[in-house]
Amino acid sequence: MILALILGPAAAGALAFVLRADWLRRGLLVAAAMAHAGMTGYAWVHRPAPALGGWLELDATGLLFLSITSLLFLAAAFYGVSYLAHESHGVRKDFEENLFFSNAPEQVFTGCLLLFLATMTLVTASQHFGLLWVAVEATTLASSPLIYFHRHHRSLEATWKYLLICSVGIALALLGNFLLAVAAGQAGRHVPIVAADLVRHATQMNVPWLKAAFLFFLVGYGTKMGLAPLHTWLPDAHSEAPSAVSALLSGALLNCAFLGILRIQQVLAAAGQGVFGQELLLVFGLASMAVAAVFLVSQADYKRMLAYSSVEHMGILAAGIGIGGTASFGAMLHAVNHSIAKAMLFFVAGNILAAYKTKATGEVRGVLGVLPVSGVLWLAGFLAITGSPPFGLFLSELTIIRAAVEQGHVATAVAFVALLAVIFVGMAGVVISMAQGTPPETTVRPRRETVLSVGPAIVLGLLVLGMGLYVPPAVREAVQKAAATTGLGDNSSYGHGRHGDAETRGRGEAATTIAGAAVPHTTTTTTTARAEARTSNMATAIMWSRAGGRKHGYERRDHGTQATAAEGF
Amino acid sequence: MNVWIDALIVLVVLTNLKLLGSSRLVPCIRILALQGVVLGLLPLVAGVEPITVRMVIVAAVSIGLKGAVLPWLLMRALRGADVRREIEPLVSYGMSLLIGMAALPGALWIGSRLPLPDPRVSSLLVPTALFTMMVGMFLIVSRKKALTQVLGYLAIENGVYAIGMALAQEQPLLVEMGILLDVFAAVFVMGITLFRISREFDNIDTDEMALLKD
Repeated sequence: MILALILGPAAAGALAFVLRADWLRRGLLVAAAMAHAGMTGYAWVHRPAPALGGWLELDATGLLFLSITSLLFLAAAFYGVSYLAHESHGVRKDFEENLFFSNAPEQVFTGCLLLFLATMTLVTASQHFGLLWVAVEATTLASSPLIYFHRHHRSLEATWKYLLICSVGIALALLGNFLLAVAAGQAGRHVPIVAADLVRHATQMNVPWLKAAFLFFLVGYGTKMGLAPLHTWLPDAHSEAPSAVSALLSGALLNCAFLGILRIQQVLAAAGQGVFGQELLLVFGLASMAVAAVFLVSQADYKRMLAYSSVEHMGILAAGIGIGGTASFGAMLHAVNHSIAKAMLFFVAGNILAAYKTKATGEVRGVLGVLPVSGVLWLAGFLAITGSPPFGLFLSELTIIRAAVEQGHVATAVAFVALLAVIFVGMAGVVISMAQGTPPETTVRPRRETVLSVGPAIVLGLLVLGMGLYVPPAVREAVQKAAATTGLGDNSSYGHGRHGDAETRGRGEAATTIAGAAVPHTTTTTTTARAEARTSNMATAIMWSRAGGRKHGYERRDHGTQATAAEGF
Repeated sequence: MNVWIDALIVLVVLTNLKLLGSSRLVPCIRILALQGVVLGLLPLVAGVEPITVRMVIVAAVSIGLKGAVLPWLLMRALRGADVRREIEPLVSYGMSLLIGMAALPGALWIGSRLPLPDPRVSSLLVPTALFTMMVGMFLIVSRKKALTQVLGYLAIENGVYAIGMALAQEQPLLVEMGILLDVFAAVFVMGITLFRISREFDNIDTDEMALLKD
């Protein structure tokens, strides 16, 4: 079934290139999206068997990210049909510079969109690092024609930057693959670089090579994920692509790159070196949030504003994993929430763009009057994305902040909250002035809002609202499992080596209780106890390793991993 | 046997220096093709492991792709763009060569500090691979023509490939083929984009693409 999930959209994509009738091609797009979503939904009930000898397998993390991708694609397919129906064919005038341009053929657009889905599915299902690399590079190639849908020189510039920066970045991740193979080669000549095998043999891996591999993976996939200062392609690509594509890039593609980093972090954690990765992720995460905050304040282009907001949220994900413990749980939950909210905002931004014919925030006024439904959604989406209650992002951001405070990362928590506040104020100014006021008479040509143009955004908006009020048990369990693989070891014992074992245990307990409190329906006692044991064990192992020093490098690695492995990673 | 390997490795270094010092684009494409062919041949003549059918297949596909298909794609893009030379690079050719000469000992030094997992592999291979990657990166940041940037990307890819050859044990065939397919698709898409750029801007200078910024 995993193969069907990948090959289905790929076949549909190939077919879309040759279908000439518009209605047939659009029908195919929606049908393929629905079939993909249906199969993904079924995978929750009945986990599909591994394929290709374990290279393709949907574990908890993979299934979670696949579900986000599939959901957003379904929404984007419906939205895209209405979008394509309104995009005029032939040559037309560019509203920014009054030059003439035409769109890419719809066949190419639909075909690449479906291939994009196939490659993203392959990313989420790949357990082999080599295959994962191939899939991530393939997503770049499948999506670059989508960015160049409007054939004018601004989108061409964005496409070129995207292609070149991401390809070079991902070439570095390939180097990471080779270094990982060397690290694994020390464990035995025939350990394949499949995540599960590496985790099993993590104790015998060569630590310096493994760390070097992590660095290259972080830079490579971090470029694709949009972590500052590697994010330079992101605002251009997101602002120039059609809105349905922007939603997919931001909500699904960035997560796929994040998954690549999570997989190597999983191996690193199993080798007892989780803290090394977590520290780096924390630094990159906070840097991304800071850079995003700088550019979000008084941003003059509302699609670029949403793009920088994506940089911010990728930073939050990285920082969450970096803090560790319950913050990892928060980060995984945040990945789900951010994707839904951001896709919704891009869909609404597309509607605004279609009505006002400008991306400049200064020229858009009175959206509430011109597009009543989109205007309300625009405000609701703004509240959701900035983490206001009762939306899902509030819950996940709160979980991360509380975990940071509980673990003694007070400075991190303060910086985190301060950046969120700056971003809230920065975005509020832009969004509210767009929603209110009197629309400029000359430029506005109101268009009726159809079910297809606002429907997907409404559904996503209700979903992210629902995620704030009640997280379904199945989702919570999947998020917990996904967070557990990244190394529940809380980062706090690092740099605070003085903490005793009892204290660490207490802190672990507290952290777990917070997770229970933050999420409705507390976890069962057994889970709490196990999580507690795992947290304290990891922390002990890390502290022990700190004490061990360089001389006992080999021993300390063994110790750390045994403690981790004993918990059944 | 070792003499041959070292000779091939030195040839790779020379192709890199030529890439740094040449202003004409067509010879640059040819020299990069040569580099790809040499790197494809290396595993066959290295004699570290007995030659298997698998190795021959990978080498053949790799040589065919980097020696023939990619140069052909790039030549086509070049004809469409109607440019022959890189004029006014951001860093002059003499300076580029000097930087290259300075980077070479750096690469040798880093390479000498990395412990090789397999002692039978020539100790020159990793430094050469690193040097190739450095040259690729330098080409991307110091040249204006979009085509030269693609050449830089390919040089980086060659360097990574060579490091993989020196360090890693054999990758599974499916993964090797996937990687080569991706490289092909990347150059294919970049070639199309190049063609579009030349149509849209009347040239392929990337410094004219500076509209999108904050």
